[in-house]
Amino acid sequence: MKRYVIKRIVLAIVTVFIISAITFFAMNAIPGGPFNSEKAPSPEVKAVLLERYNLDKPVVQQFGIYVLNVLKGDFGISLKTGRDISGTIMESFAISAKIGGMAVIVALILGLVLGSIAALMRNKLPDRLIVFISTLFTAVPSFVLATLLLLIFSIWLGWVQVWSATDTNYVLPVISLAMYPMAYITRLTKTSMLDALSQDYVRTAKAKGVTPWKVIFKHALRNALIPVITYVGPMTAYILTGSLVVESVFTIGGLGSKFVTSITNRDYPMIMATTIFLATLMVIMNLLSDIIYKVVDPRINFD
Amino acid sequence: MSESLLEVKELCTYFHTDAGEVKAVNGVSFTLEAGKILGIVGESGSGKSVTAYSIMQILADNGRIASGEILYKGQDVAKYNKNQLKGFRGKVCSIIFQDPMTSLNPVFTIGNQLEEAILLHTDKNKEEARERAIEILTLVGVNEPEKRVKQYPHELSGGMRQRVMIAMALVCEPDILIADEPTTALDVTIQAQILELMQELQKKLGMAIILVTHDLGVIADMCDEIIVMYGGRVCERGNAEDIFYHPKHEYTKGLLRSIPSITNAKQKLIPIAGTPINLLSMPKGCAFCSRCDAAMKICLTEIPEEMRLSETHLASCWLNFKAKMEEGGTGK
Amino acid sequence: MQNENAALKKNLLSSQIDLSKFELATEAEKKQQDVMSESTTFFKDGMKKLMKNPLAVGSIIVIILVCLLIVIAPMVVPYQYSEIIKVNGSRDRGAKNLAPFEYSEKEMEYIAQGGEVFPHIMGTDAMSRDYFIRVVYGTRVSLLVGLFASAIVLVIGMLYGSISGYAGGRTDLIMMRIVDIIYSLPDMLIIILLSVVLDQLLADSTGTIIAKLGTNMVSIFIVFGLLYWVGMARLVRGQILSIKENEYVLAAKSIGAKPGRILKKHILPNCLSVIIISTALQIPSAIFTESFLSFVGLGVQAPMPSLGSLANAAREGLQSYPYKLIFPATMICLIVLSFNLLGDGLRDAFDPKLRR
Repeated sequence: MKRYVIKRIVLAIVTVFIISAITFFAMNAIPGGPFNSEKAPSPEVKAVLLERYNLDKPVVQQFGIYVLNVLKGDFGISLKTGRDISGTIMESFAISAKIGGMAVIVALILGLVLGSIAALMRNKLPDRLIVFISTLFTAVPSFVLATLLLLIFSIWLGWVQVWSATDTNYVLPVISLAMYPMAYITRLTKTSMLDALSQDYVRTAKAKGVTPWKVIFKHALRNALIPVITYVGPMTAYILTGSLVVESVFTIGGLGSKFVTSITNRDYPMIMATTIFLATLMVIMNLLSDIIYKVVDPRINFD
Repeated sequence: MSESLLEVKELCTYFHTDAGEVKAVNGVSFTLEAGKILGIVGESGSGKSVTAYSIMQILADNGRIASGEILYKGQDVAKYNKNQLKGFRGKVCSIIFQDPMTSLNPVFTIGNQLEEAILLHTDKNKEEARERAIEILTLVGVNEPEKRVKQYPHELSGGMRQRVMIAMALVCEPDILIADEPTTALDVTIQAQILELMQELQKKLGMAIILVTHDLGVIADMCDEIIVMYGGRVCERGNAEDIFYHPKHEYTKGLLRSIPSITNAKQKLIPIAGTPINLLSMPKGCAFCSRCDAAMKICLTEIPEEMRLSETHLASCWLNFKAKMEEGGTGK
Repeated sequence: MQNENAALKKNLLSSQIDLSKFELATEAEKKQQDVMSESTTFFKDGMKKLMKNPLAVGSIIVIILVCLLIVIAPMVVPYQYSEIIKVNGSRDRGAKNLAPFEYSEKEMEYIAQGGEVFPHIMGTDAMSRDYFIRVVYGTRVSLLVGLFASAIVLVIGMLYGSISGYAGGRTDLIMMRIVDIIYSLPDMLIIILLSVVLDQLLADSTGTIIAKLGTNMVSIFIVFGLLYWVGMARLVRGQILSIKENEYVLAAKSIGAKPGRILKKHILPNCLSVIIISTALQIPSAIFTESFLSFVGLGVQAPMPSLGSLANAAREGLQSYPYKLIFPATMICLIVLSFNLLGDGLRDAFDPKLRR
């Protein structure tokens, strides 16, 4: 177990390093530098600036310096706003994490409950209804859903206030983010629950005299949960990327919309910082879901 | 007749599938007396396992008992309510399954699964249940039981797991133990050990056993009575002597011809020609007729009734009727 | 006991049993009894199952209809996706933001004079372009991206996976380590990143195919080629590993079949169903990705539309012209839903693991 976790952590660190390298060198490959604007500074000023920002050194060394700075929590300064990037990320991430976290909880709870109901009432009306809804929602991209929800509930019906800095209404953004993973988890839970219920060990439990409810919730659900756990990692990735558009649609000042703005502004240091931050977050979530998976399923050997 | 523990009368079990109604069991009857061992033999699809599952009421969702009765001490198990069933399964009647690899829940420890049965059927507390679990594991010959209870099924070998399954079935000392092909998934050497263990435990605990198998060899020296099944019906029943030395049904004869043995090692084995019947569309007459060398016209159209050939021996084959008639016809 | 038998005998004799019934039956008569279920091949059986699934059949019909629409509509509709509507040969700048089936003032005049104007089925956009034809072209782009990206994934994934799975040993180990690392890269972020970079790098390649396709389109394909194949590679490798263990492969080997033949004749046909299913499910995911990128502003080059960019553009006048969002959004959902349902149907029909 210990060895496995260490191995996974090492792999995670390598992955984050690779992502950072790709990001850094990709950004450096973009033609044009900070001095290509109309008002080019004098050569002396330029030289000072280059030295100050280590731009006179070879790219690899620049990367080394960048990594060291990042490890210290220093992502540099935004080209657009001139503000400290780490501060901006932390501020906006607090908002994104709140919405994303709520979406994860909603998706997990609803998905597990609906999936189990569908499996237990197979081919009956509730099952068909749940399958219909979940199939529909897996076909709606989050940005379409977000815009439609905004149109219907805010513009047409006027039920929900559009996001503003003071009024914090999370309902629509959370729904927009949660629906796709919820639908996915529902389908996943249903199939794995049905699979578990058809297994020999469920028959053994029945033959022991275990009551039907306990057969379902102890013997089947525990096994059915395993595939769902493996989805937690990808789900986080989905919600994080989904937050890019959902936050833009609802004009929430979270990390996602900051990222999109930085892309439109071609604010390279900001793009670089956000990519590395989000990627690290995803790698950590994947790592966690992998470790939980091994804990829940004792069959996996830790090699 | 001595008091019967379990009486199955004209049991019919059908499965609903997309392709149609699968008639897995078509009117099987037998009685099981306390402390006796009953063997049910037949090839795949003969309905032997379904008969066993019908008794335990653990058929798949699409299966149902269409007609017939399963009487335990005079009460119909098929009509039991939830509470009665809970008291029946595991406590009165237990079952061991074919594949010990998949029959244990992979995410719970051996101890947990054993204790579950104990806690369900007795008023023992957790520590007592653990003690009992260790005790029963010792009884079925599991080494280091204190260590095993903390292990997961995948950490045990196939033979060990089947011992655990037996332990689980016997933990509440049931009256009836159903063993559904208990040795099929195991190595030959382990097979013998498991069978020996079952015989030994039967003597010790005195329960009745229904031993379901496709392996005639397994049944030969263990069973008090043997039932041969084909196409969801009983074709012949009797003690080991009747079945092995005086088979009176063409299918039984075919089965016996197809087993290798030391005494006929030099003879060529004769397989039964043809393929097992399609349970979706049963023939009108005897289920075996299309594969039977001696099939007569009547075999195709009418189902033979069971005919008593001796105190212990019964068979359902028109040939026996023919023989009887010819005997009668010669003016005896 | 004895009485019983006697009674039986009596019964049999007294009821005048027809003794001819006890004659041996002929082989032909026996054959009649032997009702076999009709033998079917794996493929036939699967197709039969697929055709019985109303959702899958419906999806196939929807996909065919959509394909017909995007092929035929540009031939029938006299408008261009990139051009301002012309009335009687002159540009009509007043035909902005028309509602579906509405005509502009100039068009009304022209109709009054007896001219014929093709109706604007979905209205027009803010630049006086026919919206229907833009949605049709958007669908074209989205579908093509989906198909092409899936093809890239299929080819790379299958090659990589089958080599890794068949070679085994050290080669397999190293190849799978690479897959592990690529697998853990956050795909969407890398796509965005590469799109940003390639957008700049390829910006001055005017006149080439790249410029025509749009740099973002190229980067989407590059990224699919770089990242998305790993899922397919893992799948194929897993399949091959399990099939390799089968007796029939061993049998083929023992009669001296060469590895290439074994791979082609025995292994690939057996993992074909899994590959087809996962490709069918890859298409909607590629369409999703493209529309997402277009929505963020990294999609196809204007004036070329895609469903995602149309939906994005519709956000501006959402209050006044909600249908501009609803048309492309419905189209995306319809296509993705159809492919998803088709994929599910294929899986139910062909995945041997689900067979009982």
